[in-house]
Amino acid sequence: MKTIAEILKEIRPEFDFAASHDFIADGMLDSFDVVTLVAALDKQYGISINGTDIVPENFKNLQTIEALLCKSGVRL
Amino acid sequence: MNFTFHRKRISGLLAMVPANERSFLEEMKNFNFPESRSLKLKEVMGYDKHRIVEPGVCVSDLAVFGLEHLFRNGLLQRDEIDALILITQSPDYFMPATSNVIQGRLGLKHDMLCLDISQGCAGFVIGLIQAFLLLEQESVRKVILVNADVLSRKTSAKDRNSYPLVGDAASIAIVERDREDSVIHANLKMDGSRNEVLMIPAGGFRTPSTAETAALEDVGDNNLRARDHLRMDGSAVFNFVQVDVPPLIESLLTQAGVSMDSVDYFLFHQPNRFMLQKLADKMKVPYAKMPSNIVEHFGNSSGVTIPLAIAFNLAGRLKQDNYQVCLAGFGVGLTWSSMLMRLARLNFCELINYP
Repeated sequence: MKTIAEILKEIRPEFDFAASHDFIADGMLDSFDVVTLVAALDKQYGISINGTDIVPENFKNLQTIEALLCKSGVRL
Repeated sequence: MNFTFHRKRISGLLAMVPANERSFLEEMKNFNFPESRSLKLKEVMGYDKHRIVEPGVCVSDLAVFGLEHLFRNGLLQRDEIDALILITQSPDYFMPATSNVIQGRLGLKHDMLCLDISQGCAGFVIGLIQAFLLLEQESVRKVILVNADVLSRKTSAKDRNSYPLVGDAASIAIVERDREDSVIHANLKMDGSRNEVLMIPAGGFRTPSTAETAALEDVGDNNLRARDHLRMDGSAVFNFVQVDVPPLIESLLTQAGVSMDSVDYFLFHQPNRFMLQKLADKMKVPYAKMPSNIVEHFGNSSGVTIPLAIAFNLAGRLKQDNYQVCLAGFGVGLTWSSMLMRLARLNFCELINYP
């Protein structure tokens, strides 16, 4: 199973996600990347992230994405 | 705001798409994005093909073409049109109303109402509400509801946020009284405080079009767009749809006393596949009951995606079958509106190419 970091790397291979605390503010993920990421996470974990949770705050860094997955029923 | 209508129906439906088909794979080179990112997006959003009018084609051209098709095939008589409602965001002119232009080009009778309504993605439902209201008048027996947009002409081909999605299309619905005691429920909401979420900033009286407003600007995310072009705050629109639409539908079904399971189809406006499937997940509606295949075949043609979805997915079955359908449109304004009705015994339901 791919890690969140690996999924992020597939979407934007040019960035070092481990070096950022805010992927959105640092310009590493735009709104379409977030859509691509959500689709990949849904597929990877067999879930459907709630549409109302698809807001920039939940995709700022690895911790917020993990928290979103937990909220969506994933046991990490 | 809730509405209830009795003894009204759609008796025929024609959808039209331009014959000119473009493909996302060919257009990818217009965008300043790595091919791999565009391909991922294609898969998620449903970008594939879209229909775009040739330069110079206007809404009245599509409407006249469709109405002449109906006259020629004996599906509608000129003299029986008591009202022509046109829903569009892309009129031929500021003035006169494009519905008057259509009336004049077709030589329709003078004893009728022509009415333009400026509405977008919720326009088909808003237009039906207006048509049903007109049919409360004894003198109005048949309303022609035309829903048409050619917004590709106002969308930057170098704006990856908008252009791959946009499609041009038109529909003509014949709306009249029903001999059976049918009941139609509808509701709508509007929030003008969010009017800037979807707009064409320049070209009206507030900011007239100039060489400056026509110049392409870098608007971030590697997209180029002019102020004369359609601008969409994608994140705000997405959030609006996910937050505001499910309670609208829940309220409609409660008002009608109908359960979610007894609705045969949820025929919603189709902005893109991802947004619609997230909506279906949230509402716990199976994807098979909420078609999301219009953007990939034709593009997003504002409110026309609803009649287009009906013609594309159900055309062969609507002459004999009877479906309880929930329609919903949501977009510019902001406006969101839904309707629960039966689609049955249509005299015709077709999808044709223009020209």
